[in-house]
Amino acid sequence: MHSVMQQPFKTAVLILVWGWLLFLVLAPNLLVVGASVMTRDPATFLSLPLNLDAYRQLFDPLYLEVFLHSLYMAAMTTLVCLLIGYPFAWALSKVGKQRQLILIFLLIVPFWTNSLVRTYALKLILATNGLLNNALMSIGLIDEPLQLLYTEGAVIIGLVYLLLPFMILPLYSVFEDLKQELLLASHDLGAGRLSTFINVIVPLTLPGVLAGVMLVLLPAMGLFFVPDILGGSRNLLVGNVIKNQFLDARNWPFGAAASIVLTVTMAFLMFAHRLSKRRIGEEGA
Amino acid sequence: MTRWLPRTYLTLIYILLYVPIVVLVVFSFNESRTGYAWGGLSLRWYEALFNNRAMVNAMWNSLWLALSAATVSTVIGALTALALHRYQFRGKKLLNGMLFVVMMSPEIVLAISLLALFLLVGLQLGYVSLLLAHVTFCLPFVVITVMARLSGFDESLPEAARDLGASDFTMTRTVLIPVIMPALLAGWLLGFTLSLDDVVVSTFVSGPSYEILPLRIYSMVRVGLKPEVNALGTLLLVFSLVMLMLSQWILIRSKR
Repeated sequence: MHSVMQQPFKTAVLILVWGWLLFLVLAPNLLVVGASVMTRDPATFLSLPLNLDAYRQLFDPLYLEVFLHSLYMAAMTTLVCLLIGYPFAWALSKVGKQRQLILIFLLIVPFWTNSLVRTYALKLILATNGLLNNALMSIGLIDEPLQLLYTEGAVIIGLVYLLLPFMILPLYSVFEDLKQELLLASHDLGAGRLSTFINVIVPLTLPGVLAGVMLVLLPAMGLFFVPDILGGSRNLLVGNVIKNQFLDARNWPFGAAASIVLTVTMAFLMFAHRLSKRRIGEEGA
Repeated sequence: MTRWLPRTYLTLIYILLYVPIVVLVVFSFNESRTGYAWGGLSLRWYEALFNNRAMVNAMWNSLWLALSAATVSTVIGALTALALHRYQFRGKKLLNGMLFVVMMSPEIVLAISLLALFLLVGLQLGYVSLLLAHVTFCLPFVVITVMARLSGFDESLPEAARDLGASDFTMTRTVLIPVIMPALLAGWLLGFTLSLDDVVVSTFVSGPSYEILPLRIYSMVRVGLKPEVNALGTLLLVFSLVMLMLSQWILIRSKR
């Protein structure tokens, strides 16, 4: 019987895998939840009693403003990515198969390149005496350099630049699956272009949209180095607040509570994504 | 719709995506100190880069970390994928769920949770903490890559091996490992790149005893412009490009 022989191998593999995930994924996450309801302590980071002060602090007007501003910038980033990415993915799905492979490759090359270095490259372009201002001045469009760097716009540009592929790839995959027969059927049933778009294409590509939103919106609140390099001190992300609370201010409960807000947002988006997929599954059947 | 409109649009977006990269590469050969104007061709920033001992040191540290993180995550990731593919066990859904959560959750959430863990158990922040953290965030990507390969795999082969009396371990070694080899290589390369590029997680779990490249770059670019960064960025770009092409080549070749 080989079932006896296979037991030690199977057991060893499962212990390794479970050990790793329980110790380095589950435990740390539970720790963060625990930290968020404890009391700040300068010496040991955390102490009792348990309370919800950290969550209350999230609604402190000072922080609430930072969070809302961060959410606004993340939402704008997501919207811009969607507006650029949707037609992009559509156009990409219409290109010939061979060329599509090359174009996808070209899309993920920047994604494989150090994101810090790419953010820095944007600085070269956007700086007061940077390339964009120089170019605009030399063609006489502006007389004085524009303040592009250290603005909200610079942060959004940086985030869009880093996150665009994450919006395009899921959209591309739903456009790839979009059945041409459905579009033809819609046309044959007398639907116009606009009506086909609203009633057929948009609902069928919705899971891709939601997956893209999920992959862009959350990092757009967490990538603290983008405002550090491009945004100055007035355009902070939730990520900057969390980093500051953990590494500088040493207020773990508050940092943990802020990170739980991000996790809850993620859970909500994942739920919406599931729901949209299930709806299509039923309609398709 | 006419054909040229989508094409023009695609071209435009690709140009926008690549302009900063081209600027970076071109400026890395710029003689000028100020950084914005062209001052003639020069390799001085590459020279400055390699004469900077702290920088070279951080480069080696990063390479070693990426090598070890990619290797460990490939081994554990491959075993995880095999377990998920072959075995029925309790809590399989939970296991899958945890991998999914690691992949989807914002890096910063993973970062602070690991920092909290390491400080709680009293682990000195340095190479070991970085390695544990990097393996953790690389793991789901390796699992997915290997799972994709296993799902298209003819189940009669391992059955035949077992009928011929091979143990599970022998069967895995002689039948499954050769089959998933391309996925292992692709997963390793992916892990290597993810580790080399990581800023967010490393910011939290690294200590002064082990400085790595992204953190060194981070501290440089926060204050003004540093032309050495252009040179370094160009080298990293070429390096990533080679790695990416290698992994694509392996995957494409294995499909034939």
